[in-house]
Amino acid sequence: MAEHKLANGAARIDFQTEPARYRHWKLTVDGEVATLALDVDENAGLFEGYQLKLNSYDLGVDIELADALQRLRFEHPGVKAVLLRSAKNRVFCAGANIRMLAGASHAHKVNFCKFTNETRNAIEDASRNSGLSFVCVINGTAAGGGYELALAADHIILVDDGSSAVSLPELPLLAVLPGTGGLTRVTDKRRVRRDHADVFCTTEEGVKGKRAVAWRLVDEVVPQSKLDTAATERARERAGRSQRQANGGGVKLTPLQRKFNGDAIDYTCVNVAIDRAGQSATITLHGPDRDAPTNTASLTELGAEFWPLRLARELDDAILHLRNNEFEIGTLIFKSTGDVERVLAYDTFLADNASHWLINEIRQLWKNVLKRIDVTSRSLVTVIEPGSCFAGTLAEVVLACDRSYMLIGQREGDNKPPATIALSALNFGAYPMSNDLTRLQSRFLGEPHRVQVAQERSGEKLEAEDADELGLVTFALDDIDWDDEIRVFMEERTSFSPDALTGMEANLRFGGPETMESKIFARLTAWQNWIFQRPNAVGEDGALKRYGTGQKAAFDMRRV
Amino acid sequence: MDSNVVDYSTKIPNNVGLTQDRQVLRALEGWHPGYLNWWRDMGPEGFQEAMVYLRTAYAVDPRGWAKFDYVRMPDYRWGILLAPAEENRTIPFGQHFGEPAWQEVPGEYRAMLRRLVVIQGDTEPASVEQQRHLGKTAPSLYDMRNLFQVNVEEGRHLWAMVYLLHKYFGRDGREEADELLRRRSGSEDAPRMLGAFNEATPDWLSFFMFTYFTDRDGKMQLHSLAQSGFDPLSRTCRFMLTEEAHHMFVGETGITRTVQRTCEAMREAGISDPTDVEKVRALGVIDLPTIQKKLNLHYSLSLDLFGSEVSTNAANAFNAGLKGRYRETQIEDDHRLENATYPVLKMVNGAITKVDEPALTALNMRLRDDYSADCVKGLLRWNKVITTAGIDYQLKLPHVAFHRQIGEFKDVEATPQGELIDAATWKKSEADWLPSASDGDFIASLMRSKIEPGEFASWISAPKVGIDNKPGDFEYVRLAA
Repeated sequence: MAEHKLANGAARIDFQTEPARYRHWKLTVDGEVATLALDVDENAGLFEGYQLKLNSYDLGVDIELADALQRLRFEHPGVKAVLLRSAKNRVFCAGANIRMLAGASHAHKVNFCKFTNETRNAIEDASRNSGLSFVCVINGTAAGGGYELALAADHIILVDDGSSAVSLPELPLLAVLPGTGGLTRVTDKRRVRRDHADVFCTTEEGVKGKRAVAWRLVDEVVPQSKLDTAATERARERAGRSQRQANGGGVKLTPLQRKFNGDAIDYTCVNVAIDRAGQSATITLHGPDRDAPTNTASLTELGAEFWPLRLARELDDAILHLRNNEFEIGTLIFKSTGDVERVLAYDTFLADNASHWLINEIRQLWKNVLKRIDVTSRSLVTVIEPGSCFAGTLAEVVLACDRSYMLIGQREGDNKPPATIALSALNFGAYPMSNDLTRLQSRFLGEPHRVQVAQERSGEKLEAEDADELGLVTFALDDIDWDDEIRVFMEERTSFSPDALTGMEANLRFGGPETMESKIFARLTAWQNWIFQRPNAVGEDGALKRYGTGQKAAFDMRRV
Repeated sequence: MDSNVVDYSTKIPNNVGLTQDRQVLRALEGWHPGYLNWWRDMGPEGFQEAMVYLRTAYAVDPRGWAKFDYVRMPDYRWGILLAPAEENRTIPFGQHFGEPAWQEVPGEYRAMLRRLVVIQGDTEPASVEQQRHLGKTAPSLYDMRNLFQVNVEEGRHLWAMVYLLHKYFGRDGREEADELLRRRSGSEDAPRMLGAFNEATPDWLSFFMFTYFTDRDGKMQLHSLAQSGFDPLSRTCRFMLTEEAHHMFVGETGITRTVQRTCEAMREAGISDPTDVEKVRALGVIDLPTIQKKLNLHYSLSLDLFGSEVSTNAANAFNAGLKGRYRETQIEDDHRLENATYPVLKMVNGAITKVDEPALTALNMRLRDDYSADCVKGLLRWNKVITTAGIDYQLKLPHVAFHRQIGEFKDVEATPQGELIDAATWKKSEADWLPSASDGDFIASLMRSKIEPGEFASWISAPKVGIDNKPGDFEYVRLAA
């Protein structure tokens, strides 16, 4: 099957949307309880060549979900519980669309799975860090990704109608694994017994009714006639327990200002310049153009214009664009311009007002954007030059990269003072990685005292040699070596196998302990993607290729 | 033992050697009280004590397999009857074509097979539930008896499926068998699995339409399952088909007699215009346009039972050798369908278009086409009655795009002729094509019970021949005092 083309002649996958443009979700808010209802328009797939039957989804459906979650956090601070349900009769969600997967490039599949994982994590993150509790109401089939969506919720209600079941049928049906953290959430979040999980994951039709409760796959089963009442009650109970502070109205996430000019993408404080020959993209982050506010009164008025929020949203969009539309751009080079002290002042403001609901949301957003960078399968490098402002929150970008290069002193013919970087309070706990450690803790696993040493220098502008001494950058180079070292690094990097690099980078980025979240990504990368490449799944006679033809897959029965 | 003869020495009559199969016998005996409770709760309402002149199977060979006698329905000897085994039967289609038929469930197909059995099983009690109120308005004892015969046999068909579940599907099978008694037609909490089996059967014309159109879907499904490579399922369905024929007969003759009575009454009253609904209705008969509307409703609901035109499930079941085509063994092709195509009506760019699809995935469409062809036979008969009476009217099957909830046409509106229309036009004309509430009220007003032997309600003719060749005034049901 030929790879699918984007529907309606679209030039790229766009991650920007808004509720008025949703085709698949309906977001309604009723006081403290919001409802996210899945009602997939089967004829509005992101690509041509398939229909999204039975509330099955593709990346387009998930882009809307991710958008809705973000809007719940920023635009609806009064919401404390969310009902996640289907607007279709007797079907909740049939999971990722199989024909879409069968016709998608491997790269798209992987990035699709990654984004859906990030979105499921965002549900759990909103629950943990924004006091938004999710109650999932399963009124019919919840298969594969459909059940994985439910698994992201805090409480799962399944209708007890004698036929509706939850299932992870990927293995028996498609010879792949549940790719959105399904197996991990079954074992680590729901803590389903391993033998029960074994039966569940090999039973195409899944498990229903009382057994689904007994096996911990859902929290309760409710007859159809009581489903709505139960859902409303659970949502109210959870809303009542929420810590979310509703102070005033929300902040409208206005459309991003974004221009595509050939190989350049310009936002208000992010520029992306693509170098196709060099297979790289330079992402330049611009520091604030005005001073940090002195109090939170003006904050909601600034709304989406507030620099940390604007930058986070723009950077997120840029990363997603490169990830999903520019597969041959193997290296992302981060640069920045701006005033270090001003950036630090913003960090101070974000640190001092952590309990303000909007500041909290902005910090959570930054945390998630940084995590998105962590799991981006591209070589990541920061280049720190005079005029840059990698301080505090922006220094996290440096720490997220596989390598960083910092220029010592000035450049010849440039009167800008030497580059400095700086740490702030936010580098020591505000932005944990998926392994639940800060980037500094992850960096200094073998020398934990170095975190302490770095913390003592917090707030200080550090020139290259100091930064090097503290272990915050990979290389500090002077002007003589600078251009050559960076050129050689780039040339070397582009000569390596992209697959091997992806594997190596993913291994090295997440040292130390595992969490459910880190396991999910690791297993997606290691197992799901491996299985997705194997002939038993995607070969001409493989299960994914043969799905829907009625013909049985022919497996190579050797265990590997 | 002779597997053609039914063993009545056990609590559960059977020809499958249940006495030697203690485990299954015990499971079935455990299920039995639940079934009887279900029958009392959901079976024919108000007639549990009546003595009904029913046929009961005593052998499975096609010649003279049943005997007739008066039975209280709860005492009916529901049992397990399989058609005789064919020696050296092979799998007649799919990737296992030509291999010996399975006598045990192949592990890799267990789930698929169980699902097929459960779906088939779910329809059997559903129709009993749908029809439970009809006894009270029976147009004659003859019709009442036919209703109850259909009901007890649907009950037996449930037994047939439950036997397969108990015998071959272990604990899951037993649970599913219990679920078959738990789901209820039209219930909000535990509805029957298929849409048409949750619709009400409000009156006798609906009952005849149901037995003609919906039971005919059952017949097609049973024919497909009778081809199954899983031999016990094949044998079960083959015997069920011998009973199902009577249900078709009740539907076909019921509609014929209704049409007949309408035509006779019109002729006697000198009415020649069949569309003069008021005048015709004043005669106490059902006008032909309303019969057409009922037909439109039941035909379109029954088409939905075939599922999506293009279906992976159907393809999988065929390829696996579990569910074949109608009269599979009489079709001349390779019985594998790996490269064949089949024309399917689809919505393409807003138009109803014939598209060639891989034959494997188009099996539902094919079975539905076979079904439609099978439906036409009754219409020929009914139209002959109308023509013979000198009335200018023809009953017609509506287009497959008309009034559909499942498949290609579920999101469009179409006229009975298959012309696509917008929602507003549909709304305006719906009452011309489908029975309205007032049509229902009118039909309901005719539904007066006739319980004197030989008497018939105003709207239906007497049958040409009695059941078991009994005379016209035979007392088919002895009502409890």
